[in-house]
Amino acid sequence: MNGVHDMGGMHGFGRVERDADERPFHATWEARVLAMQRAIRFARAWNIDESRDAIERQPAHRYLAASYYERWLMAMETNAVEKGLIGADEIAAGRALRPGKPVAGVMTQGDLGRSFTRGSFSRTPNSEARFKPGNRVRMRNINPPTHTRLPRYARGHEGLIEALRGCHVFPDSVTTGRGEDPQWLYTVVFNGRDLWGADADPTLTVSIEAFEPYLEPA
Amino acid sequence: MAVELRSHKDATTISRYRSGRVDSSYPGFYRPNMPKHDHDHSELSDTQLRVRALETILTEKGYVDPAVLDGIIEHYETKTGPHIGARAIARAWVDPQFKAALLEDATKAIASLGVGVGDHLIAVENTRARHNMVVCTLCSCYPWDVLGLPPVWYKSAPYRSRAVMDPRGVLADFGVTLPGETEIRVWDSTAETRFLVLPQRPAGTDGWSEERLATLVTRDCMIGMGLPLTPATP
Repeated sequence: MNGVHDMGGMHGFGRVERDADERPFHATWEARVLAMQRAIRFARAWNIDESRDAIERQPAHRYLAASYYERWLMAMETNAVEKGLIGADEIAAGRALRPGKPVAGVMTQGDLGRSFTRGSFSRTPNSEARFKPGNRVRMRNINPPTHTRLPRYARGHEGLIEALRGCHVFPDSVTTGRGEDPQWLYTVVFNGRDLWGADADPTLTVSIEAFEPYLEPA
Repeated sequence: MAVELRSHKDATTISRYRSGRVDSSYPGFYRPNMPKHDHDHSELSDTQLRVRALETILTEKGYVDPAVLDGIIEHYETKTGPHIGARAIARAWVDPQFKAALLEDATKAIASLGVGVGDHLIAVENTRARHNMVVCTLCSCYPWDVLGLPPVWYKSAPYRSRAVMDPRGVLADFGVTLPGETEIRVWDSTAETRFLVLPQRPAGTDGWSEERLATLVTRDCMIGMGLPLTPATP
């Protein structure tokens, strides 16, 4: 969706400021939010794409006003209700009103160690990769109202395939009920002037990680 | 004025929640009707109450164990962090074979140091000719396994919006100036691949041990938003 989360190339947000306080969490509740997200993700209640989708579906004014962990909190409430794990009435009540539903696994102390290593998103391909490094490609001009990982600033632009990064879970499908639908992933590099015009930094190149359905031959 | 998105300055947002001036009526946003303290000036913000409510519900329904949540927090507060990435960078500076392995497959190379690193980590090398920077314009993708949790600025709108269009301007915000002829390559982390910048080894460090070199490797230089410290750095 063409949401405010898709920030690449926007103006008006000001300077990048160093953090006055470098602690990982700035309030206890932020740490609880992160931990709940990790634990429930471990239980495979929903995946990372569904989390991102739930964040992006917040109204633009709320997304911009919320802090990072507030966005996570809102997304977790949304995901948990949409997956039927909890009810909106329970959130309103602040307590469980019914027993839980079975989940793939509840994270235990024994799982802590392995839970911290990032999982793999690689999947077995259904077909040969359509492109190879060195190919010129154009990013499709798509504007789905649903979740996608093709940023607006790259759409319609021509780039060069620099690397093939394997075959991965396709976020656009996972978040629209079409399953993991594995797709080939490429690093596509663009000239800064192609993206931003003649006044752009002549030394700039930008790459995105693009799934095959985003690409067409140039 | 820039939109405030920094998580440690939540007072404004929280006070707006509390006063009900933020619309919470849209589908997908559930506002708990939590009992408040008797006095009006509760120490707990609505956000805190909502977090507490969610944890209570998830716990009562058997989806999470609060003691496990404590363990997760301890890990992120005390165990993980940029010292892991710094170790790999310092090793690459002293060991050409390791450097080649790191650039070939960073997940595998760093695992050989006895550190558990998840899939799809890619190391990108800074040279005299080219400087690499990493951003996630769509959310906040970041190599947690080697750098820990991202700093607030990395997740902020100013960085996410500008890094892909005006990287030199963004670097200037942090007081970093690169030679005009140095190419800048910005990696937008739009999928599950993760990027670690391998900075150039600082001059004047001949004969330094790996451990000593690691003290020059800052988190920011592994994102490309800085350069390593030098022996002359005070």
